[in-house]
Amino acid sequence: MTLERQPETEKASGAETRPSIGARLWASFVGGLAEAWAEIRVHRTQVLLSLIGVGIAVTALTGVVAAGAIATQASTEGYERGGGRPATLYMYAYNVETGESPKKDAMDAAFAAAMERYGITYTSRTSFGGLSVQFPDGVMMIQAMGIDQPYASMHRIGMLEGSWFTARDADRLAPAIVISEETWQRLGSPALSTHPTVQIVLPAGTVDAVVVGITPAMSTDGSYLLAYLLNDDYETFVPPDPIYPQPPNYEAWVPVDISDELMTLIQRDIAGELGSNFQVDVSRQDYLAYVTEDPLLIPKVVVTGIAVLVMVLGALGLLNIALVSVKHRIREIGIRRAFGATAGRVFFSVLMESVVATFVAGLVGVLLAIVLIKNPITEGIIAAGVQDIPGFPIEAALIGLGSATLVGALAGLIPALVAVRVKVIDAIRY
Amino acid sequence: MAFVELEGVTRSIDLPDGGRLDILKGVDLSVEIGDHVSIVGRSGSGKSTLLNLLGLVDTPTSGRLEFDGTPLDKLSGGERDRRRGRDVGFIFQQFNLLPGRTALENVMTPLLYAEGTQFWTRQKLASEMLDRVGLGGRLKSTPDQLSGGEQQRVAIARALVRGPRLILADEPTGALDVETGATVMQLLDAAAEQAGAALITITHDPSVASLARRHYRLDNGVLHRIEATSVQHLAETGATL
Repeated sequence: MTLERQPETEKASGAETRPSIGARLWASFVGGLAEAWAEIRVHRTQVLLSLIGVGIAVTALTGVVAAGAIATQASTEGYERGGGRPATLYMYAYNVETGESPKKDAMDAAFAAAMERYGITYTSRTSFGGLSVQFPDGVMMIQAMGIDQPYASMHRIGMLEGSWFTARDADRLAPAIVISEETWQRLGSPALSTHPTVQIVLPAGTVDAVVVGITPAMSTDGSYLLAYLLNDDYETFVPPDPIYPQPPNYEAWVPVDISDELMTLIQRDIAGELGSNFQVDVSRQDYLAYVTEDPLLIPKVVVTGIAVLVMVLGALGLLNIALVSVKHRIREIGIRRAFGATAGRVFFSVLMESVVATFVAGLVGVLLAIVLIKNPITEGIIAAGVQDIPGFPIEAALIGLGSATLVGALAGLIPALVAVRVKVIDAIRY
Repeated sequence: MAFVELEGVTRSIDLPDGGRLDILKGVDLSVEIGDHVSIVGRSGSGKSTLLNLLGLVDTPTSGRLEFDGTPLDKLSGGERDRRRGRDVGFIFQQFNLLPGRTALENVMTPLLYAEGTQFWTRQKLASEMLDRVGLGGRLKSTPDQLSGGEQQRVAIARALVRGPRLILADEPTGALDVETGATVMQLLDAAAEQAGAALITITHDPSVASLARRHYRLDNGVLHRIEATSVQHLAETGATL
């Protein structure tokens, strides 16, 4: 047998023009990756088995970070529903001699003047009381809140159905009312399209309030029956306690960065309006004012610790298999060296086998974490009641991929060093 | 001008008992582009060690070795690797194909360490080279699906694909039957001639050695030039070395 024609390969000679350093490095990088990928493909079963641990660890790690972000959002929203969004200022005044609160009209006027002076529009006077309501099974006293219209934005009150109060609700002939899901269910879950009403029972008779919106349930057993009324209606239908009349809470939502300055100014202004007999306190009640550490820190640390442990075990498994694999491939490494692979190239290729494999495992792990965290069942559990469910956090995906790649690099380091130490002569004879 | 030149080259190894084993003793050899040299010798005579020195896989204990005009001691390890990849093509007795890889992937292997056009067109070049050695229809076959002769042809294609200027064949027919061995040697001879490369064949088969134009014998590490007629005679009588 003879060769049919002259080979057309580029003849390597001294006169050959060498590509630039950049082009050579790029070719070397691509070549190294191609070698690594081919090696993974040939030994796919071994590689796959060794990567299961890494994949699971990445799923756990990524899932913890992502679930943590959603749970943190849920926790934050819970705090904000109670104490308001940062920075929410609460104003309180009392007579330094008698301890009594100032007259409501005087405090309302001082509060309104201060808010207007500083252009603060998110304000609310919030009162709590009891409201007698006629349910199908009888009259029952439920929790009532008198609020101003911005309250929902200030306390992140979401709507299950319908809408929150608008400015036009104050002009209605029949009072508007927003009720909680529990109250709505107690009423028999009437469709909002039928304009259902709540019959408020008063000493002098009954008044029908039009339900304009339903807020999501806040209790699991349906016991928290709540209704919101605008302050004018609240004052009409919820008489103050004759023995212990409680003044409303005066609150304002202001930018965090100027909240300290505003607190001083508002305190000074309201005190000036009320007179020297009154002590005025302005304080922050939102969670940022008193929550100094992540409330989910402990569970996060525990699950992350488990994930790191799984990752370390996965890395050890990977290292073990990679070492065995290199020992079995000594002749192959020698052959590659004989055909021009430099020590650096062999090191890079063997290292890349580990890195490429764990990167792919990381990618699969992250995708699995996304499927696990962002499916409706999981979200229903960890993000119940969350208004702004965050998307899958990109940092969680990056942490997962980054840690997988790092583990791959660390696990590939020792086999790569072993591969470099292979002597070409011995390897060819192996 | 000699492409590879050895002058007074020795190669020794230290033994565990503190002694010293001299494998090559003062070897002088000059190989030019286009040469076809055979080196015969008994097992353990130092043939493979000499081949490793010629292919920049090993370094001499003493003496002078120049590769393409450059003294070996002037070349760094990485530079030796790169020169070996660029200028030397190895053919081994046991083929040494990469297991699990197709014929095409095996032939592409040296091109992974090439630069420029050779690297980026490696699949095309490898495919063409396999076509030239008559294996155009077996690109996707793995070594275990190929006969011994076919495997050695893949090994030849792999050795030639980067267009080396020196082909080193270590017992290229050692694992083949006589007929297949002869076919493979014809192919190798033609390939080296067409490529204008020097071919150094190490063998203990006189019929393989007889195809060369210059002949040497290694006896206990000492290289002797022998006449073509001696090799021819041995080949005709079926003697072994």
